[in-house]
Amino acid sequence: MSDIILSARHLTKSYKQRSGRFGLGATLVKALDDVSLDLKQGSTLAVVGESGSGKSTLARCLLQLLPLDGGEVLFQGQDLAKLSGSALREQRRFLQMVFQDPFASLNPRMRVGQIVGEGLLIHQLGTQDERHDKVVRMLQRVGLSEADMQKYPHQFSGGQRQRIGIARALVLEPRVVVCDEPVSALDVSIQAQILLLLKELQEEMALSYLFISHDLRVVRHIADEVAVMYQGKLIEQGGVESIYDAPAQEYTRNLLQSIPGRRALAA
Amino acid sequence: MTELLRIEGLTVTPQNAPDKLLVNNVSFTLESGKTTCVVGESGSGKSLTALSVMGLLSSQLRLAQGKVIFQGQDLVGISNDELRKIRGGRIGMIFQEPMTSLNPVLTIGKQISETLIVHQGLRGQTLKARIAALLEQVGIPAGRANSYPDELSGGQRQRVMIAMSIACEPAMLIADEPTTALDVTVQAQILALLNELKTRMNMAMLFITHDFGVVADIADDVVVMFRGEIVESGPVAEVLHNPQHPYTRALLACVPDAEGKRPLKPIDYAWLNEEAAA
Repeated sequence: MSDIILSARHLTKSYKQRSGRFGLGATLVKALDDVSLDLKQGSTLAVVGESGSGKSTLARCLLQLLPLDGGEVLFQGQDLAKLSGSALREQRRFLQMVFQDPFASLNPRMRVGQIVGEGLLIHQLGTQDERHDKVVRMLQRVGLSEADMQKYPHQFSGGQRQRIGIARALVLEPRVVVCDEPVSALDVSIQAQILLLLKELQEEMALSYLFISHDLRVVRHIADEVAVMYQGKLIEQGGVESIYDAPAQEYTRNLLQSIPGRRALAA
Repeated sequence: MTELLRIEGLTVTPQNAPDKLLVNNVSFTLESGKTTCVVGESGSGKSLTALSVMGLLSSQLRLAQGKVIFQGQDLVGISNDELRKIRGGRIGMIFQEPMTSLNPVLTIGKQISETLIVHQGLRGQTLKARIAALLEQVGIPAGRANSYPDELSGGQRQRVMIAMSIACEPAMLIADEPTTALDVTVQAQILALLNELKTRMNMAMLFITHDFGVVADIADDVVVMFRGEIVESGPVAEVLHNPQHPYTRALLACVPDAEGKRPLKPIDYAWLNEEAAA
């Protein structure tokens, strides 16, 4: 199947959690319990679930930011879980991440130009001038300006910082972008701007998104397919309309019914 | 229709910049047994309005003008001692982050008891019985009174906060984004609990939120704030389905709907400025 860009097979990952008095005991928590999914080229797969469901662990394990206990992650014909060192670094360029907290994920001591350009430098893409031009074009594309390159993250609002985070991820022209709750820290009007920007960029750059979210209203708008996680397991997955219109699992139904203002705000 | 709280011309400025109106001439009333939602974006002044009512503005800020008339008494300008008797007694409060609002080294029973001892002078078995009753009222087994906050989930912690806030059977409950940090299913449970308590205890609830979905589920009346001012207020059905002010319409249009039928539309602030000027 050539239209699948990223494929996860039987991923497992456990954490030891301290328990009991003074944390002397330890219990094993299965954060990923035999999780398999396929991301189609150019589409958005949303992973939804509540806190502790394992959705952020999944994001990190897919990008090999966390080591897997078992399973494989197939990308461009290779199993990322088996790669290390320079081979993995080479692939990372094509797998980027946009983080939830635009305050914590930007180095406060670096200028925006350095932050966005760092990936190009690490991967040694182009000459200095070419890198500069790419950074400028990317910043302009996300709604910032060349002058912003000289500023520090604290000089920007939350929404602008998220634009910087998006520019940093996309300047490398990745194939797959993992967005971990990219709009949940933002005001609702800013959230709408960022969601629309992500959609536009997806079309222009032929990106495939893995979109981690707990907000089912946002997911309804951005996703083509939805995977529902509960206690480390993928309990349901399918096209966004079929999941929202006819959820098969009790847990998914419960999630959908909990959407605030569901009936009153229907179009 | 009993008016419980009337806010008149409330104006808040920074101490060192009296021309900057963070809350600008805000007036509205609250009735017993009804929930009024104050909705707006960050910086709209919605939390400052709630803090002003409780007399909890930071020392950097000044309540420049206005009255806060609660049960016939103006709370502006009364002494801190008097205010302290009202807060936690006739006015209950819940905040967004249940973990930072609870003391991690005290059991939840101990923390609930503080209000009851200070305001009602309860002791011994009466105190214990009251704590047990309060916990059950918010859906926590009475046996959990000896638990510490870290042994509870986020939703349970918020239930403990609610138990504390209603301990003295307040006439009014102020809730500042009480469900924002919670998972969606837990949020639905907490909203249902607040709604039930409001009706059973005939409380007036002042509910601060940025989420129109939450507004739709819990509000009787809505106050929409933008840049420190009220741009629109009215019964929830009217504000949601027949919004009059361009800002309210814009704010509603950028909330994603669960059906995914309505296209998302970010707020065009430049256009709003032109509208305001015209």
